[in-house]
Amino acid sequence: MSDPHRILLSIRGGTKVYPGTRALDNVDFDVREGAVNVLVGENGAGKSTLMKVIAGVEQLTTGEIVMEGRPVSFASTSDAAAHGIGIIFQELNLFPNMTVADNIFITREKARFGIDIAAKDQKEAAADLLRRLEHDISPDALVGDLRIGEQQIVEIAKALAQDVRILIMDEPTSALSASEVEILFRVIADLKARGVAIVYISHRLEELVRIGDYVTVLRDGRITGSRAMDGVDVPWIVRNMIGAASKDYAKGTDHTVGREVFRAENICLKSRRGGFAVDHVSLTLHAGEILGIYGLMGAGRSEFFECVMAQHRSATGSFFIDGKPMRERSVSGRIARGIALIPEDRKAEGLIQILPIRENMTLSSLRKFVSGFHLSLKRERKGVADFVRDLTIKIASAENAVSSLSGGNQQKVVIGKALMTNPKILLMDEPSRGIDIGAKAEVFRVMRRLAAEGLGILFVTSDLEEVLSLSDRILVMSNGRITGEFSSAEATQDAVVAAAAIGHAPEPATLEA
Amino acid sequence: MTVQRAALPMRVSNNQQAMLLLLKLRTFIALFAVIIFFSIAAPNFLDLGTIIIMAKHVALNGLLAIGMTFVIITEGIDLSVGSIVGLTGMCAGWLILNGVPVGFGYEVYFNLWEIIAIVLCVGILVGAVNGILVTKLNVAPFIATLGTLYVARGLALLSSGGQTFPNLNGSSAFGTSWFPLLGEGRFLGIPVVVWMLIVVGLVSSYIALRTPLGRYIYAVGGNERAAALSGVRVNTIKMFVYMFSGFCAAIVGIVIASQLVAAQPATGESFELNAIAAAVLGGTSLSGGRGSIGGAIVGAFVIGILSDGLVMMGVSEFWQIIIKGAVIIAAVVVDQAQQRLQAHISLQREAALAR
Repeated sequence: MSDPHRILLSIRGGTKVYPGTRALDNVDFDVREGAVNVLVGENGAGKSTLMKVIAGVEQLTTGEIVMEGRPVSFASTSDAAAHGIGIIFQELNLFPNMTVADNIFITREKARFGIDIAAKDQKEAAADLLRRLEHDISPDALVGDLRIGEQQIVEIAKALAQDVRILIMDEPTSALSASEVEILFRVIADLKARGVAIVYISHRLEELVRIGDYVTVLRDGRITGSRAMDGVDVPWIVRNMIGAASKDYAKGTDHTVGREVFRAENICLKSRRGGFAVDHVSLTLHAGEILGIYGLMGAGRSEFFECVMAQHRSATGSFFIDGKPMRERSVSGRIARGIALIPEDRKAEGLIQILPIRENMTLSSLRKFVSGFHLSLKRERKGVADFVRDLTIKIASAENAVSSLSGGNQQKVVIGKALMTNPKILLMDEPSRGIDIGAKAEVFRVMRRLAAEGLGILFVTSDLEEVLSLSDRILVMSNGRITGEFSSAEATQDAVVAAAAIGHAPEPATLEA
Repeated sequence: MTVQRAALPMRVSNNQQAMLLLLKLRTFIALFAVIIFFSIAAPNFLDLGTIIIMAKHVALNGLLAIGMTFVIITEGIDLSVGSIVGLTGMCAGWLILNGVPVGFGYEVYFNLWEIIAIVLCVGILVGAVNGILVTKLNVAPFIATLGTLYVARGLALLSSGGQTFPNLNGSSAFGTSWFPLLGEGRFLGIPVVVWMLIVVGLVSSYIALRTPLGRYIYAVGGNERAAALSGVRVNTIKMFVYMFSGFCAAIVGIVIASQLVAAQPATGESFELNAIAAAVLGGTSLSGGRGSIGGAIVGAFVIGILSDGLVMMGVSEFWQIIIKGAVIIAAVVVDQAQQRLQAHISLQREAALAR
């Protein structure tokens, strides 16, 4: 055949089920030798799960993995590593308290007789690797002292150190500067020439088209497109990512936008790495308006929400609610003023997993059910039941631990908790993350309805289609700044993506635009 | 057909339900088991006199365990309670014997109500120091309270130069003559200490179950970040639990001084370990967010009856220590099994609903 690249590893009929969601659904995926195998899809499409399966972090519920004709199963990462599979995780997996060299050789220490670490050899080998990556990071530096971009280089060096046959890169460029990206691409070309199979995940579509040899598109746990990269362009990828039959976004009941309910002026937050995580952000939100903030990871969107929610003492600037300044320093004070936050990370910030659904929902609004200091459980139960019905949360009993619910229902519990405080302004950080498509549509319908009832909604997303179809107005953030504002009529995918890339050097053309 | 299909997976097997109930009641079952065992194995075990003596032992540990339970639910630990018992006992002894010198050779003597108030405040104060270390200064609870364990014990020893304050019979002139009644007195035939346990236990249970404060204590232990973002004042809650634990320890300090009619600076050594054991036996999780006051009291009863019963049977003290340890370990192992089963059952129920 015309196919020059041998298939090294393939997955057949791969299905992965988590409680409540089906992350992978009958997936067939091939990894080819000496080529860049690109994997692309929206958040929650299942890319990371697929990667974790190949790297041995997660195991398939059903389906098989075949490597060079033999079925294999990876019970752990070390199992996968023994088969020559390396992975560069999206969230950096480094030990900040150890040196660069120690990190690169962790669990594979060069040791004499298996006991005595040959520190000098390691240092030299580490320096070699870093030189290959054209960086002069000292092997003795503590990883915690490095910039995020440099840490990513170390992570890449770590993967290179283990002579892999398959190297998985999950968003390797998300924290790299333009010149560092160029270096990385040269390293990838070099690895390809040596016959290494590279699995490459990224949100930056131009990047994928440039370096990919094969492309596979995932949507909601299913493969929607898979072919050689020849002739593939960005629109083809987008079409497969989003699908021809667009999702049900319950396009709006027409509603009028009211007076201003919330205003932020010149919000600044210094970042730990120098510069600003939130850089002079000003915005206004009106009653009944859904204002979408689009941006890539690390654009400062979540940090801005944290400023609104009084999480950063050092933040400067001022907020106004109904035109009156909001000076409260405590979260409860701000909740009392009518702000409610639905955090990005449901598990770590939104819910208390071991407590019952009821106690989670009323946590922010317990005062409503108190007379004197006595808590009326009867009124509490009734209040919860009302919201469970209103938001159509599917639960067997409000007394079950919230951890037993599916992602979508958990998210609705978080929304219920926010709504029980009678907010005027709802802040939603990635409201559709990690929930299945049916629940997504329901969450969006709820957002529409709340806006129609006069609530101001400010939501953050890195899902392009979501921001375009849901928002009355769109703001784009990049590197802590607001880099674009569009009305829903004038917003196009290209314009929004271009604005989101401002400050990230790969698209210098848009800087002048 | 659809109705049948939906009905089938909804049922969680009866066996599992029964098993879960059994596991949930395990502390009670353990309590009945030790009671039945000792009433057969140890003569005089069910005598009224014996029961009252045991109740008095249990009440002291029970009071400490109540304070400890709140602290552990917030994912903290309070190692200083034993030292607070010693320090507050010495305070009570000092105030009764020496009064407070105000200069010119005069001393102010307080009446007993005032002394009780002052001593309780000392306990709360040490708790507040723990709280400030944990919240404002971000010291790990284990280390913070280990520090106050030593400091409070040192202060207790300093207060008398290591000596015992003897003969704390008080004087009727100063209104302190009824001090021994706190430890030895009875009301309706039940020792005063046991009444204290009942009152503190009921109030604490009410706080835990029926007030926002209680709810916030569980929330902070379950997920501090989520609680903070929900508007819970995490630091205030933590301050409360350490101060409350200090308060409970101060009660114990006064009562023991009264029982002995003397204040001894080494009193209360290793009490904190018994309190932790009672809390854990009662189902309190050291990883936070889970536990109950009732459980802690039952746990204190199991430990107390176990050690007193073994004494009555004439079992060697060394074996007693081993048995106590084994019981605590077994309790935690069973607790893990219960958690797994409970998670399994509610997951099944919700999954059945999602189909």
